[in-house]
Amino acid sequence: MITARRPLSRVPVGSSAVVSRVSGARTVVRRLLEMGLVPGTTVTVQREAPLGDPVEVRVRNYALSIRRADALGIEVE
Amino acid sequence: MSAIALARGPVARQALVLVAGNPNSGKSTLFNALSGARTRVANYPGVTIDRRSATVALPDGRSVELTDLPGTYSLSARSREEQIAVESLLGRGPRRPDAILVVADATSLARGLYLTLEILEIGRPVVIALNMADEADRDGIAIDTERLEHLTGARVVRTVASRGTGLEALRTALASAIEQGTAPLAPAVERTPDMAADLAELEAEILSDRLMDRPEDARVWAQWLLLSLDHEATDEFTGIPASLRQTVQRIHHRAAEAGRNLDLEIISARYRVVDALMASVCRAPETPRRSWTDRVDAVLTHRIGGALAFAAVMMVVFQALFSWSEPAIAVIEDTMAAAQSAVSGVLPPGPLNSLLVDGVIAGVGNVVVFVPQIALLFLFIGLLEDLGYLARAAFVIDRVMRAVGLHGRAFVPMLSGFSCAVPAVMATRTLENRTDRLLTMLVLPLTSCSARLPVYVLVTATVFAPGSRVGLLSAGAVALFSMYALSVVAALTAAAVLRRTVLKGPVPTLMLELPPYRLPVMSVLLRGVWQRVRTFLVDAGTVILALTIVLWALLSYPKSADIAEQAGRDRAVVSSMSLPGDARAARLAEIDSHASGAQLRYSVAGRLGRMMEPVIAPLGFDWRIGVGILGAFAAREVFVGTLGIVFDISNADETNEPLREVLRAATWPDGSPLMTPLAGVSLMVFFVLACQCMSTVAVVRRESGTWRWPLFMVAYMTVLAYAGSLTVYQVGRAFGWGL
Repeated sequence: MITARRPLSRVPVGSSAVVSRVSGARTVVRRLLEMGLVPGTTVTVQREAPLGDPVEVRVRNYALSIRRADALGIEVE
Repeated sequence: MSAIALARGPVARQALVLVAGNPNSGKSTLFNALSGARTRVANYPGVTIDRRSATVALPDGRSVELTDLPGTYSLSARSREEQIAVESLLGRGPRRPDAILVVADATSLARGLYLTLEILEIGRPVVIALNMADEADRDGIAIDTERLEHLTGARVVRTVASRGTGLEALRTALASAIEQGTAPLAPAVERTPDMAADLAELEAEILSDRLMDRPEDARVWAQWLLLSLDHEATDEFTGIPASLRQTVQRIHHRAAEAGRNLDLEIISARYRVVDALMASVCRAPETPRRSWTDRVDAVLTHRIGGALAFAAVMMVVFQALFSWSEPAIAVIEDTMAAAQSAVSGVLPPGPLNSLLVDGVIAGVGNVVVFVPQIALLFLFIGLLEDLGYLARAAFVIDRVMRAVGLHGRAFVPMLSGFSCAVPAVMATRTLENRTDRLLTMLVLPLTSCSARLPVYVLVTATVFAPGSRVGLLSAGAVALFSMYALSVVAALTAAAVLRRTVLKGPVPTLMLELPPYRLPVMSVLLRGVWQRVRTFLVDAGTVILALTIVLWALLSYPKSADIAEQAGRDRAVVSSMSLPGDARAARLAEIDSHASGAQLRYSVAGRLGRMMEPVIAPLGFDWRIGVGILGAFAAREVFVGTLGIVFDISNADETNEPLREVLRAATWPDGSPLMTPLAGVSLMVFFVLACQCMSTVAVVRRESGTWRWPLFMVAYMTVLAYAGSLTVYQVGRAFGWGL
């Protein structure tokens, strides 16, 4: 069981994790929070795009595509 | 008392119902289902967001005005468009809504509830439509609507907009919400004492500055300001006093020093309420069964399958724009030609005839000719969007687009640009963010549209001898390929440069919902296409028509009486000669061609061409090509016809051998040939890079909402074209290439 904190971009495809902190540019953070990625939320990395970026995550029963650069600011455990 | 009596009386003021909801929640379908065919489309003042509204009859006999707001995930905003949505809801606009209809996707209720909660905070009567209730049932998601009503104080109705289910109940709920006019009991969002103090400070300032009259509104607005205003004032909001901005900044600063993040506090507090609501009203299966969307995505976003599917879909779209629109365009062109000859036949030759034929009818033709491509493009975009594929396409290609600072969704407009920039610029509406939209529409005209082809064909056929080759390939093919390659490189480079300079700012990110695949509702789709076409005809069409007439005047006036008289005398001489019929007709046609050429050289455009010659000579163009370039502003392909007139060739097209001959024979005054291969390449480069198209200018004006951006676009592209041609011609001369 991995509980160490790491960015969402390092979570392998098919795995789930719980958001602990979101950081980065204010507009990006605000948008991520409003899309439901508030601390405590479970996210599942569903797949990555053919060129490896962006990634598709499942959160609150919908699919969201996020660029890796933004996923880097989402800390999960 | 009297106000109430008035509202109930026979001349009752129509109640206003705003329709809000997440993108992909089926909001547009529900709006259409409620409003039927009576939708009116207008613009919000000052911005280019469509404001759709309709008058709808409710079961109690009252009719209400239903207005659709832009789809949004939250009320915090970055763009002017979103500010308008928020201000309409808050009643800061011209009217306060009597009720708000929130459309929530029942399969993804949590996200919909976030927006719903924000709207409940506003304190107007709310009706929640739990849309796509059938899909939720299928997925085993059970929502206790009564409990949701009880907890929110809003009326809750289950709907399936695509099948018209639940509409009657929805109308009844709206009627009773308006009738009672009671605000819902917004579930209390917990505030820390610090947060409460921050909000109170801002509320007090809003009230004391009289920006809002009612304390409830001030509270809602205060929260909105804290969440939405940028520290660097890089947002696009208007009407917010500088002092208020400073207060917001001070509050954020103070919070940051205390280690607090206000955005996180406000949003997390709301999501705690959402989570509590979800826990008590929604039962979903622990492990959702693998949906067929997931199965389809396994192919459509697969490393290889996804790339192939993307290429196939884009090829179909491109093929449709390029070839399927052809028959319709031909019909329009034939109809216009028939109208022109009909008018010419009825009216005597003269200024009025010329104005109607070459100004008005040609102008109408210049507008209508775009309709097939616009309709086809929006049909495809609507189809792909409603199916859910457009988001996947952006997902697949985003990595490539991001490299130059473009959004994944910019791909379809950019691709469409190779057919025609006009529908492509209109397609930038599928981008959410204004900066992304502007960037895309400013670089789009650099993609080599189909109207440039006749120019390339004429020039390559003129300057390259039939057998000339570069290696194994024909010189013409190499030149043509190079032009397309240049246009791609130019568009992507321009995007990268503009993103770092003129449209600088925080890099807009791609955060895109990938909605489940769904079947589109054809009636909604077709209505959307018609609305796009109508908007184009009314807004951009009028500008294009006006510019066509201006251009006609420049190319026609002033007229020289001497030239006309001389032509008349020549005609009389030829007519009196005893010649066989064919020879006579040929001689007469020659005289007419010569006269129209002379008149064009005498016109304002002709004089401008001459005045321009010192400027364009370093590019390898003489004044006659200059006149052609001026004429091409009507539409690039007009270059060929205008060039024909300048060189006294009537009815020239790109395959016209006499025009090629005359161009090959044309010389500078010193006798050196004009159209060398080098000059030809320089001319093609100019056409790749220059914004030679007033219709594009008109449509960018329409979509950007100001003249500033289209003028900037013309300026930068002209500079680029000039520099490009200058480099080609001067470097080529220095090395002795293609002389």
